[in-house]
Amino acid sequence: MDVTAKTDFIGKDSPASSERPAIFTRPTAKTGLVSWLTTVDHKRVGLLYGVSSLFFFLVGGFEALLIRLQLAVPNNTLLSAQLYNELFTMHATTMIFLAVMPLSAAFFNYIMPLQIGARDVAFPRLNGFAFWVFLAGAVLLNVGWFVKSGVPDVGWFGYAPLTSKAYSNAFDGDMSTDLWVMGLQVLGVSSIVGSLNFIVTIINLRAPGMTMMRLPVFTWMTLVTAFLIVLSFPAITIALVGLMMDRSFGANFFEVSNGGLPILWQHLFWVFGHPEVYILILPAMGIVSEILPCFSRKPLFGYPIIVFSGAVIGLLGFGVWSHHMFTTGMGTVATAAFSLATMAIAVPTGVKIFNWIGTLWGGQLQMRTPMMFALGFVWMFMIGGFSGVMHAAAPADAQQQDSYFVVAHFHYVLIGGSIFSLLAGIHYWFPLIFGRKVSEFWGKLSFWVIFIGFNVTFFPMHFLGLNGMPRRTFTYDGNMGWNSANLIATVGSLILGVGIAVYFAVMVYTYFKGQRVGRDPWNGRTLEWSIPNPPPEYNFAVTPTVHARDAFWYEKHHQAEIAQEKAAHAQEEESHGGIHMPSQSWFPFLAAMSILAGSLFFTNHNFLGAICGGVALLVFVYLWAWEGPGGYHLHVDKDGNLIDEKRGGHSSH
Amino acid sequence: MSSHAASGPIDHHHDATTSTGIPNKKLFMWTFLASDCMFFGSLISAHVVYRVHPPAGSPDPRSIFSIELTSFSTFILLMSSLLMALAVNAIQKGNVRSTRNNLLGTIFFGLIFLACQVYEFQHFVHERGLTLSSSVFGSTFYTLTGTHGCHVAIGVLWLILMYIRSFKPVNADSSRKPWFILSIVHFLVFAVAVVLGVYVVVELAHQIQAPGFALGAFLGGHVLALVGFLASMAGLYVLGRQSGPVDFNESHAIDVESMGLYWHFVDIVWIIIFPVVYLLEYI
Repeated sequence: MDVTAKTDFIGKDSPASSERPAIFTRPTAKTGLVSWLTTVDHKRVGLLYGVSSLFFFLVGGFEALLIRLQLAVPNNTLLSAQLYNELFTMHATTMIFLAVMPLSAAFFNYIMPLQIGARDVAFPRLNGFAFWVFLAGAVLLNVGWFVKSGVPDVGWFGYAPLTSKAYSNAFDGDMSTDLWVMGLQVLGVSSIVGSLNFIVTIINLRAPGMTMMRLPVFTWMTLVTAFLIVLSFPAITIALVGLMMDRSFGANFFEVSNGGLPILWQHLFWVFGHPEVYILILPAMGIVSEILPCFSRKPLFGYPIIVFSGAVIGLLGFGVWSHHMFTTGMGTVATAAFSLATMAIAVPTGVKIFNWIGTLWGGQLQMRTPMMFALGFVWMFMIGGFSGVMHAAAPADAQQQDSYFVVAHFHYVLIGGSIFSLLAGIHYWFPLIFGRKVSEFWGKLSFWVIFIGFNVTFFPMHFLGLNGMPRRTFTYDGNMGWNSANLIATVGSLILGVGIAVYFAVMVYTYFKGQRVGRDPWNGRTLEWSIPNPPPEYNFAVTPTVHARDAFWYEKHHQAEIAQEKAAHAQEEESHGGIHMPSQSWFPFLAAMSILAGSLFFTNHNFLGAICGGVALLVFVYLWAWEGPGGYHLHVDKDGNLIDEKRGGHSSH
Repeated sequence: MSSHAASGPIDHHHDATTSTGIPNKKLFMWTFLASDCMFFGSLISAHVVYRVHPPAGSPDPRSIFSIELTSFSTFILLMSSLLMALAVNAIQKGNVRSTRNNLLGTIFFGLIFLACQVYEFQHFVHERGLTLSSSVFGSTFYTLTGTHGCHVAIGVLWLILMYIRSFKPVNADSSRKPWFILSIVHFLVFAVAVVLGVYVVVELAHQIQAPGFALGAFLGGHVLALVGFLASMAGLYVLGRQSGPVDFNESHAIDVESMGLYWHFVDIVWIIIFPVVYLLEYI
């Protein structure tokens, strides 16, 4: 946080706080478990997000493999119908909320502040809180594997009245659906809190000279995504609150027998659900917009158009939700309007694709592993986009609704789109984060296996869908004409699984034994490459001044001028007390854990326990406010070496 | 960020440490309120959908609502926003005493609103037979107004904490007075006063309508609550007399202002809920 550079703080840190009572002694550990539990460093929070989302990515992938094995042959009995329902529900919920969203959040956390030249996010403790609340939500969703109720089995969009007590409770006190309802609410809190932080950070903590139209595209897409999250999650929260009132307190929001309307659930859910798909894809588009120019050795083609297209996608994303409901009989006018809006959203998306092609055009393409994944993204995402436009036509959609055609479509945009891009991002930023580079051979091998496995799995599903195979069916008869395509898809999914296994094995190997690289291994153009790898805790020894859109590229070509400027700034910052760092804190973690405890009690219908969780939350939030933001100062010499460190509070909150 | 005071008056509309000049906390609160708009927007829509298409057997809202009482509490909530604005203005000028008084006024008016809502809910449940599960109307009405009530209650809690925070002495860490303990005692006393006060007032409102109501009998029946309430009020008076320099000044105006933004927003939401929920049939 670039506070000290500009305030009149004159650097009188109070002496070490040895006389204070133990409760206010802030944790200072830099290594070990405590340092991770109490961290406020955006890079560490990013790593926590990254590691946990990759874990859940593997869990969700394992669930998908079980689903494919069950469908490999007709009339298979590998899984029971009940377990199958649980698996497809948890596969979707896990992949969307526990894998793709938090993996995007990992990049938001780690990369975005570096790209805007900031030393941390605007509210460092709140950032840690967002992660721990995310973990609480993940536990709530998955705890069902270990209890009698089992995991949720209502589908990831939980249509009413399937979620009512009458249909979803296998026995009295079955809480699997309550876990789903509570888990998603908790995850919503995490997403909204995290996004508010990102919005304030991007708008308010930019380095001097970093105007909005100089922001790297990934940062722009972070901003658009954060706004989508902040504005769309309340809708699902209300839907879930209504459902929770129904299930726990006998209300009638979606209770058909007492006049509730299941269609209301669908509207509320998709008002969230459609922006959600852009929440999943816009960060991916941002990552690709960083990688393509870097390996084409050209600036991004049509930067303003790409940025505005992203914003337009975000805006239109709020006006197309009912295309998920064409078959519910909304009436001609509504259907036509939503059909039109859905087709309109293809325009800014297409504009982006052409800009990426324009970036590649005439460039000196370097076929490195991140570039392979990024190019795979462009191609595969286009296929998913085309089938998306097909759904926009309401008459065609009436045929495709709830068929494997839809399954093929959204896996092309979510794997071919989001996942390819996120995997590209991991390869691209791995040298920055860990200072080691993945071997090109193994990286490219994993790409090709994933690419082939992915297409073999999901391309046949287009035909399965058009041949009438419904989604969410746990088995099928052998005389439907679906046998060979299903078998091919299952073989493909095993290939995809091998590819992902290779990818992860290579990553783990590289983390320990990979080739070490120096600063800026890709010859990049954005500010995150201007710092040593792995990045120091304070990010920038001197807050950079930005003179052009590709800020680091400009620095490379104006070295004398920049060196002079940095020396002057370093002196200025030192006279203001040095580099200001936020203090670590226990309370984000403790507050999130009280949410977890309270929610677990609530889903068990133990309301006394739930109230205790709420009171604990209140206490920890109070202590959080009490201890204040704190902070201490670091001093570095001109080579970036730490001179000494003064700790203590000018905490004035 | 504590040393502003050294360099003259503070510009409350521009923060030199941020890219835009907008303080981080204010921007955060604005964005959060945008999110909360969608929250209440969805909730109000859900209520209105069922009001416009009532299922068979839905009660007539006109036979349930008491417009006079709700008009009164609406007016009180509006006026609490005035006091909140005065509190923000006072702290921006560094007038701690006036800030405290206006915060107390805001808390008091907020509590009147909450007490009216508690009374209203009890009245609807017991006299009018409207419960959470009796109809969709009941479900959406209680969830909507109850959620708004929770927002007001959180606001009151925040106001109380801010009021107590304004007593933090300078050098609280090194001084021998255990300010941490003192603040917790202060909060507990305040909580007791609030709970008992609201309880007694709501009880009185219920019983005053009953035939054969006698004030003496009522006071006799609630002597414990009354004594507790008066004792806690006396405690609040004593705790509020603490003197000496405090670590609460113009530099904290942004904290009071963020709280004020929240309070005004919750007030505005009610300005929408009142006509849409209570007056719909009369428009």
